[in-house]
Amino acid sequence: MADFYNEMLDAAGLARPHYREFAAWLARTPAQRIVQKRKEAELAFHRVGITFTVYGEKDGTERLIPFDIVPRVIPADEWRMLEAGLRQRVRALNLFLDDIYHGQRILEAGVLPRELVLYNEQYRPQMRGVDLPGGIYAHIAGIDVVRAGAGEYVVLEDNLRVPSGVSYMLENRKMMMRLFPELFAQQSIAPVEHYPDVLLENLRSVAPTGIENPTAALLTPGAYNSAYYEHAFLAQQMGIELVEGQDLCVRNGNVYMRTTRGLQRVHVIYRRIDDDFLDPLAFRGDSMLGVPGLFDACRNGTVTLANAVGTGVADDKAVYPYVPDMIRFYMDEQPILANVPTWRLRDPQDCAYALAHLSELVVKEVHGAGGYGMLIGPAATQAELAEFRARIIAEPARYIAQPTLALSTCPTFVEAGLAPRHVDLRPYVLSGREIRIVPGGLTRVALRDGSLVVNSSQGGGTKDTWILE
Amino acid sequence: MLCRTASDLYWLSRHIERVDNTARLLDLAHRTSLLPERLGTRRAGTGAWERALEALDLAEAYAERHGAIDADRVLQFLIHDPENPSSIFAAVRAARESGRAQRGAITGEMYQSINSTWLRLREMDFEQIAADGPTAFFDWVKRRSGAFRGVTIGTMGRDEGYEFLRLGTFIERADFGVRLLDTNFDLPGEQAASEDGAAAEYYRMSAMLQALSAFETFRKIYRDTLTPARVAELVILRADMPRSLASCSSALLTVLERLRGGRRAEIVRLAGVLAAETRYGRIDEILADGLREYLTRYLERLYRLGDEIDLEFFSATDVIAA
Repeated sequence: MADFYNEMLDAAGLARPHYREFAAWLARTPAQRIVQKRKEAELAFHRVGITFTVYGEKDGTERLIPFDIVPRVIPADEWRMLEAGLRQRVRALNLFLDDIYHGQRILEAGVLPRELVLYNEQYRPQMRGVDLPGGIYAHIAGIDVVRAGAGEYVVLEDNLRVPSGVSYMLENRKMMMRLFPELFAQQSIAPVEHYPDVLLENLRSVAPTGIENPTAALLTPGAYNSAYYEHAFLAQQMGIELVEGQDLCVRNGNVYMRTTRGLQRVHVIYRRIDDDFLDPLAFRGDSMLGVPGLFDACRNGTVTLANAVGTGVADDKAVYPYVPDMIRFYMDEQPILANVPTWRLRDPQDCAYALAHLSELVVKEVHGAGGYGMLIGPAATQAELAEFRARIIAEPARYIAQPTLALSTCPTFVEAGLAPRHVDLRPYVLSGREIRIVPGGLTRVALRDGSLVVNSSQGGGTKDTWILE
Repeated sequence: MLCRTASDLYWLSRHIERVDNTARLLDLAHRTSLLPERLGTRRAGTGAWERALEALDLAEAYAERHGAIDADRVLQFLIHDPENPSSIFAAVRAARESGRAQRGAITGEMYQSINSTWLRLREMDFEQIAADGPTAFFDWVKRRSGAFRGVTIGTMGRDEGYEFLRLGTFIERADFGVRLLDTNFDLPGEQAASEDGAAAEYYRMSAMLQALSAFETFRKIYRDTLTPARVAELVILRADMPRSLASCSSALLTVLERLRGGRRAEIVRLAGVLAAETRYGRIDEILADGLREYLTRYLERLYRLGDEIDLEFFSATDVIAA
């Protein structure tokens, strides 16, 4: 394990400066108390009902995402750099989206291949020429950041469609403060509790122009969606209605919700439904979750969808390698946060390299998400490698490859006691009239020994994330 | 408020109230089944369970599934049968589903209350409940239902959602009051003339009052002997008895007037009729005209009110709100 950057301990096994307080607390706290507090946390999460549904399991079993009590701590100077890098990146991504649905300057300039964008499944030609308030497409972005090698931060993935997980950031904090108030009394940890307020302000700031007191609503696929808890939680925290498709309708070009007092106008919809299911008239006709006419209303500017339709093209893994170029192209700045080096298998040279080094690489499907459809070379069996090789040869353009990163680790409670486990970080970047980032984000941890996959659907857990002030 | 939210909240509190009432009804059946056999008006032992099934309109459904009346099987059917949509198990599950769907519209404490009830109930098995004696279980159910209402009163904002929760509670409670009286009330017959008959009548009346948590209330109000007419008056007409038809009807009227914001509507008129009848009725007239007929008429009106609530609030209209 010596090869991985340990968030808490240095090479000599001593706590790094920003972990010193915590390490001292850990050393003087009786093991018995920690065991008891961990149990208490689990019970409370069950009672509060912070669960998620696992697809494909019998009767949609509700499960807890395991919560680990060792926090992920980030010192102030590192966070300042991260924050600047995230702002820069998300600004560039929004500029890119506005551009490819308007003048397409970046394609004219040949910065990235035309067909990669225009023939991308996630590109929505229906959005061409549609002007959005503030030119913002990705109002809520979840940028997955990891630390590799000697501890440098790199962006692994941009999530610009309906990124989830922010409720865990908030609940984890609440839980830590309840279990170990003394930790918060001893040091200055940046608060995150105001996130719903910032989100509401952000949503209202992108309402159609001329609306004095806009009404926002959160559109959910329903109680059986895996992230339903989060939808209900955020709607409640913001004091807005949690609507399903059946609760909305379009009349005279405006969007309304059906209330006990008749139809009530809605101006901004924070939608947690994928593009395909939003409107059976515009996208998938068999969608029972959407609202007929919603997309037209959005194109005509009577309602704002957050995020906008068609953002998926910018977080596509085939487009990802070009994000640093977007920053240079639109902003004339050098990227503050680096990408992970990526081989684009659509390119025959890259493909040949990847096939020759398959057992060292991570291969991802360009449209995949949630840790599904991915190969981790060093952990794969011969049969899995052979199967993936065949799939790549059949359709190279569907894949990218990246080196297997030596992801940083953070001490985590497992059955055998405290052990290092790999972590990532998902900060949430809100874009509206201005860009706001609540300090920190969601730290996910791969609980299985040696595993690099942090997704909750693949046995990942979460930790509270502290930005030390 | 969204029509769907209003409907979910209404059913959430109806189910909570139903669970409470089912526990009360079974508690009553359990108590009366302990009467000596020779005193029963029907076959002793099974008679009490038959009445319980009839009160819930479940006699047929039970017979189809289990055949002859058997105390343990009736209990299991009404307490713990996930296939029986009226069982306590199924009603708690339904309440918890509504609560989960609307967890954004209720407070965290309310959701935790219903969720922990569900998690606990899911872990229980019927053998254990029966072995511990069902009374302990009924008490637990009543406590959990009471806890939910308490947390609701103590934490929920006084908004439309709160009124829909109250609406569900009182309509379900009134419905139960009628059913309980209808199936457990016997006017004094010949057997009451004998000493044994009088004792049995007293036992049944007091068991019914206990099921309604109204035995002490009866004593305080009347300071007199337990007669069927007084019991009927207490359960139908007394506004100072919180589970009486009068209390439920007047609460329904208040809630509906608030929800309609003072506008005249058929739904308010219907509730007004129920409230006026129970407020100004006289028990001697009701008994002279026939208690059963009175209760049947009340229940019909209550059903109509339920249908109107559905139309008025839960079915979408195309009228754009001002």
